[in-house]
Amino acid sequence: MSEVIVVTSGKGGVGKTTTSANVGTGLAKLNKKVVLIDTDIGLRNLGVVMGLENRIVYNLVDVIEGNCRYKQALIKDKRYPNLYLLPSAQTRDKTSVSPEQMKALIDELRQEFDYIILDCPAGIEQGFKNAIAGADRALVVTTPEVSAIRDADRIIGLLEANDLKRSDLIVNRIRMDMVKKGDMMSIDDVVDILSINLIGAVPDDENIVISTNNGEPLVGNDTLAGQAYMNICKRILGEDIPLLDLSEKSGFWNKLKAIFSSK
Amino acid sequence: MSLFDMFKKKSSGDVAKDRLKLLLVSDRANCSPDIMEAIKNDIIAVISKYMEIDASGLDIQITQTESDGGNGSVPALYANIPIKDMKNGQKPNH
Repeated sequence: MSEVIVVTSGKGGVGKTTTSANVGTGLAKLNKKVVLIDTDIGLRNLGVVMGLENRIVYNLVDVIEGNCRYKQALIKDKRYPNLYLLPSAQTRDKTSVSPEQMKALIDELRQEFDYIILDCPAGIEQGFKNAIAGADRALVVTTPEVSAIRDADRIIGLLEANDLKRSDLIVNRIRMDMVKKGDMMSIDDVVDILSINLIGAVPDDENIVISTNNGEPLVGNDTLAGQAYMNICKRILGEDIPLLDLSEKSGFWNKLKAIFSSK
Repeated sequence: MSLFDMFKKKSSGDVAKDRLKLLLVSDRANCSPDIMEAIKNDIIAVISKYMEIDASGLDIQITQTESDGGNGSVPALYANIPIKDMKNGQKPNH
């Protein structure tokens, strides 16, 4: 049985694409057959974050318009046997695709894949409607900032109005040092405000920047963010994994860093 | 932040949370400030028929309140209407 997950946020720049890349890669590492679909037509970034940008031949719009079969457009990630990417078109705009067409494509992909991850564009217009059309559940990404949370709240309302069965929250870029000082809303604060189920929290980790630089998702490696993403993947599979203690370890690393930088 | 400031001010995280809570209540109710102003004026017009009220001290807002049905919090219109004087007979003067 396959599951279709849309990664969405409303506000741009909160980490939808990074989350899509890491959740998709993580599920593939957990032996699920996964396809990542970049639905951000005109601004394709998932391929770059995944390090697959040089292998794009056909794209989502080509498949929708029937210029190729979907199998021709899928890029196989050579690092993982079960991971594929369907890139978005760079030179077209979001009106090239309709929600009905997306739904039809996704139903076709359900035959072959365990998980279909849709990277949603920012905003609440056509691109958002296309991305959520065929989805079973949503991962709503937010950061602990007023604007991102406000937009997430709006998105949660729209997902409910569109009868999505399930929405789970990812609080991204949390800085425990700032939370401790009272200068950042805590994970609990954000969950309290948005009142949907929390599926994971990801720390503001510089390793994310490094992994994006290299085009290699960090899910599952020994960084704090890598572990946080892997835990999210396991929770998606239904495992009961306790929340990672983001403060303890970041304190430890900070201390370690302080030792080295003081020399 | 100095120790002195800590006693004086709310932390910015708490400020953010309070601001958001208020903002989201009106976002969720889909109620613009214009509509709120119209509601306020209508309330003044209706209540003024029966009693003399302090229109400048009138305060209305949409807040969250626990529902009687026990299904979580629901938006509620809260109005604080200061009464100056009850009109004689308390009947509308048509």
